[in-house]
Formats: sequence, C-alpha cells, structure tokens
Amino acid sequence: MSGPAMAADATASGSVADPDSSEVPEVDRATMEVDIACVGFGPAMGGFLTTLTNEWMEHPDDPAFASKVAPGMPLQVLCYERADDIAAGVSGIVTSARGIRSSFPNLDTADIPMAAPVAEERVLYLMDPIGASRRSFVLRVGDALLRGLGGLLGVKDDAYELPWTPGFLHKHGGLLLSMGQFNQWVGSQLMATGLVQIWPGTPVSMPIFAGKTGKERFSVQGIRLADQGVDRTGAPTDGFMAGMDVHAPLTVVDDGPVGAVGQTLDRRLGMPPGHAQNEWALGMKMVIELPEGSPLKPGTVWHTFGFPEPEIFGFLYVHPDRLASVGIFVPSWLGDPSRTAYRTLQHYMQHPALWRYLKDGTLRSWGAKSLQESGKHGEPFLTGDGFARIGEGSGSTNMLTNSGVDEAWTTGVQLADAVVELLRADKSFTQENLSATYVARRRVSSLEREAEEAKNARNGFHGGLVRGMIGMALAGLTHGKLSLGGTIPTAREQIHPFSPRKIPGVKAQEAELLAEDARVGGRPLHDALMSARGWPEIEFDGRLLVTQQDALLMGGKVQAMPGFADHVVFRDAHLCAVCAEKTCVSMCSGQAITQTADGAIAFEREKCVHCGACLWNCAHTPVGGHTNIDFRAGAGGLHSVEN
Amino acid sequence: MAQALQIVVCAGIVPDPLQTLEPVSGPNGPALKNEMVLPAVLDPWAACALYEAAQLAAKNPGSKLWLVSLGPKAKLQQVMMTVGQKAPFELVAIDGPIGGFPDAHATAAALAEAIAALPGLDRERLLFFGGWESATRGAGVTLQLVGERLGITDQFQGVDQITLRDDGSFEVLERVEGGRHQVSVCAGMPAVLGWATGNLAEPRNNPQIGMANMRGILPALQKAKRVELAANGLSYVSVSLPKQQRETRVEKNMTPDEIARELAAWIGAE
Repeated sequence: MSGPAMAADATASGSVADPDSSEVPEVDRATMEVDIACVGFGPAMGGFLTTLTNEWMEHPDDPAFASKVAPGMPLQVLCYERADDIAAGVSGIVTSARGIRSSFPNLDTADIPMAAPVAEERVLYLMDPIGASRRSFVLRVGDALLRGLGGLLGVKDDAYELPWTPGFLHKHGGLLLSMGQFNQWVGSQLMATGLVQIWPGTPVSMPIFAGKTGKERFSVQGIRLADQGVDRTGAPTDGFMAGMDVHAPLTVVDDGPVGAVGQTLDRRLGMPPGHAQNEWALGMKMVIELPEGSPLKPGTVWHTFGFPEPEIFGFLYVHPDRLASVGIFVPSWLGDPSRTAYRTLQHYMQHPALWRYLKDGTLRSWGAKSLQESGKHGEPFLTGDGFARIGEGSGSTNMLTNSGVDEAWTTGVQLADAVVELLRADKSFTQENLSATYVARRRVSSLEREAEEAKNARNGFHGGLVRGMIGMALAGLTHGKLSLGGTIPTAREQIHPFSPRKIPGVKAQEAELLAEDARVGGRPLHDALMSARGWPEIEFDGRLLVTQQDALLMGGKVQAMPGFADHVVFRDAHLCAVCAEKTCVSMCSGQAITQTADGAIAFEREKCVHCGACLWNCAHTPVGGHTNIDFRAGAGGLHSVEN
Repeated sequence: MAQALQIVVCAGIVPDPLQTLEPVSGPNGPALKNEMVLPAVLDPWAACALYEAAQLAAKNPGSKLWLVSLGPKAKLQQVMMTVGQKAPFELVAIDGPIGGFPDAHATAAALAEAIAALPGLDRERLLFFGGWESATRGAGVTLQLVGERLGITDQFQGVDQITLRDDGSFEVLERVEGGRHQVSVCAGMPAVLGWATGNLAEPRNNPQIGMANMRGILPALQKAKRVELAANGLSYVSVSLPKQQRETRVEKNMTPDEIARELAAWIGAE
C-alpha cells in the first residue's frame, strides 16, 4: 500500500484515525519556503541526501536542481534533526552494507571512525549460570543435556556455539559501525558540498496538513518546528519563540519509529489494511574499552540468545582500538512482569562467556533506542501528496536478518532517485507521482523481496523461544515460503499484568509484600522482583558496572536544553496512579520516568535519552487505540557520539 | 544613544566537554585521544562573548559583528550549524589544527593577521571580544596577545557586563576575588574584553537566523585559509586532566534530607 488514498478503508477496518491536531493553539508563526524539507538525520536521510547531492554535483547546470520556491537560487534542501549533534545517534550496527557500499564504491573503512569489516561471526546459546531466568521445561532439559555432553559439544563458560548458522544470519563482507560516527562521517561530507543544510538541535513537532477535510486532510505542505521559550506544558514563557512553519512541496520523513511527524501521519492516515506496528524492542548497549591485551580482534561479531531471559537476544561487536559494543534487545513479547533493560544488560555482560573478555574493561559510552520490530507488517503509507517516508519508520527493518541500517539507507537512495526523476520531468510531488517512482522502485528491489520473506519470521516468538527459533529457521531456509502462523497482539496487550501468583520462583505472599513495599516507597517493582527471583545484586566497580544514573552521566552524557516542553506526556494521570504494572517506569532507559509514593508518575526531561520505550510500554488506552502516553517532539538526549 | 559598533569575536572550538577526554602523546606532542571523532562546540567562554556581542550589535543599529574562528574546517562547519542559529554574524574561518596545545603566540599571530585583513574594519572603533579562559588546554592568554598585536592597550578580563555611554566611553564590570566586580570606565574604543559568563542565557536556535547566516558561512568556510602553527620551541613536560573525584555508593534506606545533609558535609569538608 503506497498512499493514503486507502486511508478511509484503513480507518474503517479498525486502524486508529488521528484525533486531529486542531488543539494546537494558533499563534503568529514565521514561515519559510523551501523545496525539500527533511525530518531527522539517520541512515535513510544520509542515503537520500548523498544520492541527491551526488547527482546534483555530477550535473550542476541541470535546471532540475533550480529552486522553484526561490527563483534564481539552487534547490533549497533543509534537514532538521532533533538531537543536539548529528553524531548523537545510537545503534549497535553490523550490516551487510550492500547499499552503503553501492553509494560509496571506493569506501575505505578506515575513513569512518570505529568502523571495521566483519571478520568473524559466531552465534552462541547462553545457558543460565545463575538459575534465575524464566526457562521452560524444554529449555531446562536442553540445558541439562548440553551441560552433560559439554565436553563432547565444546560447551565452555556456560555457552554453546552453534556449529552451523544459516546464511541469512551472516554478514560476510559487511561492516561494523558506530551509528554516531557513521552519521557524522556522512553528514560532514554532505555539508562540505554546500548543497544541503543539516540543522541539529531543531525538533520538528508535526507535519502541516493542507486541510482538515477531504483529500487535503491527507496532503502535507511542510513541517512545523517545535516551540521554544515554553514551560513544561508548552505554555509560552519569557523568550517565547513560536516554532517556524517550513513550507515545502516535498517533505521527507525519516524521524524513526517514535518520531512526532511519523506518529502524526500514522494517526491521521491510519495504517494500510492488515498492517500494524505491534512488535517492538528496546535496544540498549554499552561501548566498552576492552582491557589491555584483549584477544578479541576488530570485526568480531557475536550474536547470543538464551540469557538473561530466553527471549533476549544480545550482541558483542569489536571495533578497532580495543572498543566493543555490547548490548541486548528487550522485546515487547518478553512475558515478564519485571521487564527492564538496564539491570538486564548488566547481568548479560557478566555472563561468563562475555565477562571473560569484558572484566576490567571501562565504560566509554551507553545508549538506548526503540526498534520497530514489525518489519513489513509495520509499513505505513509510504507516500502521500507532498510527503514520502523512508527509513525505520517506513517499515524497512528486516526481521529475519536482524538488520535495518543498510535497508534504511537503501530506502533513502530509492527516494532520491525518484525525486531526481520527478524534478527532471518537472512533475509535482503528488502521491501518484511519488508512488509511481519511489514506491515502484522499492517494490521491485531486493529490499522488498527480502522484507516479504522475513515478514512472518518472528511470529513464533509469541509462543516461546523454541517455537520462535523454529519459525525463524523455517522462514529463513524457505525464503519465506513457509512460516509459523500467529496472531500478534498489540504492544500494550503483550504487557503481562502483575499477578502475585504468577511470579516464577516467588511465593504469592512475598510478591504481594514486595508490591506493597514498592508502592509505599515509591520505588519500581521490577528491581525487587528480580532480586526475589534470584538475580544477584550488581556489585558496582565504578568502571563498567555502574548505576543507571552514572551510565547517563558517564556514558550517555545526557542533556536537555531549557525552553522546550516536556515531550513525554501522561494523558490521564489517574490511569497512571492506579496502574499496577507501571512498565513505563521499569523500561525507562534513563530513569526519567519515576513513580512517587502516592503512585503518581513523574517525568524529568533532563534524564530522557529519547529512546521512546514509554510509548509502547503503557498498558492503558484512555481514548481509542492510543495508549496513555504521548511521546512528542523534544530536544536534548544523548550527547555521546561513540554509540 | 545608539552608535554603530564594530565588534570582532574570537572564538575557538573545543571538544564537547561532556565527552570522555583522554590525553595521549602523539608524534607532534600531546593530543586528545580520538579528538577528531568527538563532537565540538564553541569554546564556552567565547560563546558567552559572542552572545553578548550579538545583543550589543542588535541594540546599536548599523553595527557589524565578525566571528573569527580557527580550527579544522570540517569541525568548524559542524559547529557553525548550531552556532549559526543563535546569533547573526559574519564568519571568518581559519583552517588550522584543533585543540589548545599549539603555541599561543603562533595562534595569536594567525588570528591577528586575519582580523587586520578584515575589509572595512576601523581599528580605532574596534571592540575585540573573546573568552577570558578556554575549555581547551590553552593558557588563557591568546586574547591578550591578539590585542597587543593589534595595538590595543585597553584590556579587560573576566568581564560580565559592558554599558555604553552616550559620550563614547563605556563602563565594564570585571570579576575580582571574593565574588565581587571591579568597575572601570574606559574613555573609548578600541578595547579588548575577555568575557567571563556575562549575564545572558544561551539564545534559542532560530532557523531564520541560521538561514541568513548560512549565506555567509558556507563561502567563508570554502575560502578558509590554511595555517600551520609553529611550535616556537614550546614543549610539554606532562599532560593530565583535571582531577575528578567520583564515588558511587548505593543508599536504599536514607531519606532525601539525610542524603542532602551528608552531601553538604562532604562539600564543606573538601
């Protein structure tokens, strides 16, 4: 489905329509006209702008690159990025880099800090040396067998390396990257051309629609920048500066899975029939300086599963200069009322198979982000009159190969090729024209074929790890011809309600006492539950094992400019107060969302890393299908560039 | 009474102080590990000088504001995408090494040469601004040296406020010991003002200012002159970061008041 012409059908079929943004107060706003307004600077936007400027530089006199909104001027292309620096992205990247290498045929990996060619790939099944994880009977039997036959099978450090891994998991010829450094490298080259402008520290609050009725309701005319000089609620204070309206014939949206513009479009247009963004994961990682004499070589890639909980996948990537990225993915289908990421990551790092190499290492950087894990199922309307969507928010992540960066880059390249074609043909950026060029390119590409093969690969995980692995193997080995069926509940339905009788290894009475203690003390419950289940307390060493707040300060360097409104808003405070799970608190990467002794929920913008986990970790829906948490446009966040 | 001013702000770029900084020894002397990898910001004290200058220029129609910055061209470009949104100025970019290890005299010579070559600059009316200190490893003397090379003898350091008077004189508040200010009155320009923090908040990012600045920033970067800074015999015996004390302790049973009392006692004991 390529355009919002189907939006009425989508709404009728049950998707959520935009409650409308008419509540935005009308104030005098400065306006600006540009040819192409871009939202967000991620890999997809890197691919879009790189391809556009390459073509432009090869044909500098081509009238296609003359501005239509400013006669006599070159094409006016502006990109607005929320983060304070274009290098403040976060992701653990191992990528096939096919699209990236195609854009940079003479790419020298050494030019990109922290980049390394993939040299060695291993897949490890991690057993539980502690005995606290929620393992099914089948897994426990499997673990016992592995331990019993350990000598024969090469089990070491409670880890079993799979002797064979299917080709779809391999990234031979690929690259290890730091997202921050890659974005900075791409951005520097783009800015050096002088053809496009990339403005960091400038959040975009919403798209500007042409009207509220008829076809104009789905037509985008540009973007509105976030208001500045406002209080937490958005009310003007001293130095109020209304966000500028940037009008453009084409708006390119790459604000990721939780971006304000993408969310607004999804609410207004609905999703194509049969599509939904129900599956999510929180990726959290540390960049670690390995101890002197570490035997791990640059380009080493480990994928792990089985620990700390069976549903949690992990990774270890080794960069040059003794740096390693180590992280986990906490999925929305993790059926654990103690769902949390930071403490889980610390237990993960201390698994004997990893700790052997990480012990005595030093934290250099830390970060987290939400991943839209629905893949092709989560693809929104890709185009409409005046807009096109690229990158992760456009459903490009491949859920079988666990990769998204190169796929995102490729969507940007495809859109740029389409835009150049339309500019040369002097055609306007209508839904029809964008569909015939951008969407058409995407549909016939290997990106689409692989996304189709992968789209049902994860279905089995809602029935447990073993079923999930079988489903992945089935889809991968048959190129998607066979897969396990399954109904995917919404993200909020995947949150397991807290029930004292259903905490593995904890008696109901003890669980009730812990819950009461947490409620009275205004503390999140997950920590107490994990300890009660047998997870040992973390013994901080001040170097690598540090408190969550120290990780913010030492690793994330989190900051927030004053003068912006809170970007996390609880729509109905009473619902939060009576919520028994408070998963938003336990899953908040920066401990920016906390609970008070009276059960209320508080948000501190200065601690937020903008991971967006709160958006899909709320179990309540006061109105329609929207949860009780709004995640809006905001400034600040991570300042670390090594993520 | 408003008067058309000519203000030159010298502001270098430094690694974002939030990053992990680690001194290393390189073939050309000390450096910071992965310095080119780290994001850069405008030197914080000099940034205050820029914002004060911009406000002064805005209050005095017809004024001209130049920002002179020395650093690697690619890094300058990145920093200007943020700084360029905060205040209107004309950029003079000098493509040179990053950091504060180069000799201050060599740096001052390059800056003074660039300022002296500014077209239309009337040195007798010049207000020359910068930071009184630097977040780099600089000695904090570059500004004074540039002023001397330009022949400006009225110099003020640790400035928090300037008030222009109708007769062309101006009053300056300089920081002195004990949290107090020294009040000086200068008969007129030219003068060097090394700013402390001033009194202004960091301006909002204004896309319109950014767009207007960009028309001059990109050409300025493209024609940035490359300079090599001579060591002039300067050598470093040792390099280290300011000592940081960081202790992590987990307290689960103390009240916020108890924690506050302990912190206050600890600070008092230091």
